[in-house]
Amino acid sequence: MGAQIRVYRQKIASTTSMQKIFKAMELIAASRIGKARTRVAASLPYSNAITRAVSAVASQSEIDHPLTTEPEQIRRAAMVVMTSDRGLAGSYSASVLKQSESLAELLREEGKEVKTYLVGRKAQAYYDFRDRESARVWTGNTDAPDFETAREIGRALLDDFNTDYEDGGVDEIHIVYTRFKSMVVQEPTVIRLLPLEVVEEAAPSETELLPLYEYEPEPEKVLDALLPRYIESRIFAAMLQAAASELAARQRAMKSAGDNASDLIKKYTRLRNNARQAEITQELSEIVAGADALSAS
Amino acid sequence: MANTAELEVEIVAADHFVWSGAAKMVKARTSEGDVGVLPGHTPLLAILAEGEMAIEPVSGARFTVNVDGGFFSVDGNRVVIVADNAQMNDAANAGTR
Repeated sequence: MGAQIRVYRQKIASTTSMQKIFKAMELIAASRIGKARTRVAASLPYSNAITRAVSAVASQSEIDHPLTTEPEQIRRAAMVVMTSDRGLAGSYSASVLKQSESLAELLREEGKEVKTYLVGRKAQAYYDFRDRESARVWTGNTDAPDFETAREIGRALLDDFNTDYEDGGVDEIHIVYTRFKSMVVQEPTVIRLLPLEVVEEAAPSETELLPLYEYEPEPEKVLDALLPRYIESRIFAAMLQAAASELAARQRAMKSAGDNASDLIKKYTRLRNNARQAEITQELSEIVAGADALSAS
Repeated sequence: MANTAELEVEIVAADHFVWSGAAKMVKARTSEGDVGVLPGHTPLLAILAEGEMAIEPVSGARFTVNVDGGFFSVDGNRVVIVADNAQMNDAANAGTR
């Protein structure tokens, strides 16, 4: 009889300790998310300045740069998948991976080979488990990316982009990451990084006409120096958004896990009390029955 | 264009904002050589070389910033310095506006 109560007690104890973990993870995520969002905001001036400069050069001079010209035939495409390092973030990594799968399928349908670059241990585990090939993997610090990593990824991608198809190079580059729209909405997004579609500032808004710049050195050299930076800044921005999304997803997942845990605890406590009461009732009736039997004899 | 006699300077690094304020003069090292920018300068887009750049704010003493590459643009009286990594040398004057 006591066995039943013991089982419930054990369940309550383990759920309580899990609940503590969930609570702690939720608090950690909540405290880091503010920082992650600040970092997203802090990277904005840089990317704005660089975007402005790139479009200024691009809209003025007749640019013919390998990074901006569309190759006549795209045979191999690179796909960068940004997931998290750690789990306990609900469907965060799963939905990015799902998005990447559908992108890969689309690319294959268009007759392109897909070369995959992975960011985050979750993506690595996903590919390793399925025995799939990946060109390169970066892990560590997905919840607080540093610019160095972004630069490294940018360099690796540019190198491959500048390599010929025959030598294993790629003709276009896509990034799959999670865009941080708000604390509640984060959506997996695909952007095409290369070749760049330089949006020439068509109708300059307000009085903001881009001035006729003088270049030092010549425009081509300036573009040479600007474009890799532009790409790095795009990658870094994607990483920062992904980090903020990861933390938001984790906070939400841990919140609902904690709520579920307290529901379970409540349920088990009721069951335990029931079992205890049943035991007492039975003991009582046994005693009464015993006394009756004794007095009857 | 050049009716105000001061430059509006903004220095940004890849992952953070460094400094902004009004300045009388900005001196930068480009890949071609040193460039001094005074109010009323013609629009310019130049690649920065690794080294030190000097800024003379309207109020306060001149200070220098170490950059390791990047670019800067001058447009009207607005100077935007985009550095990969920028380090203020004189923290005493590091007043952000």
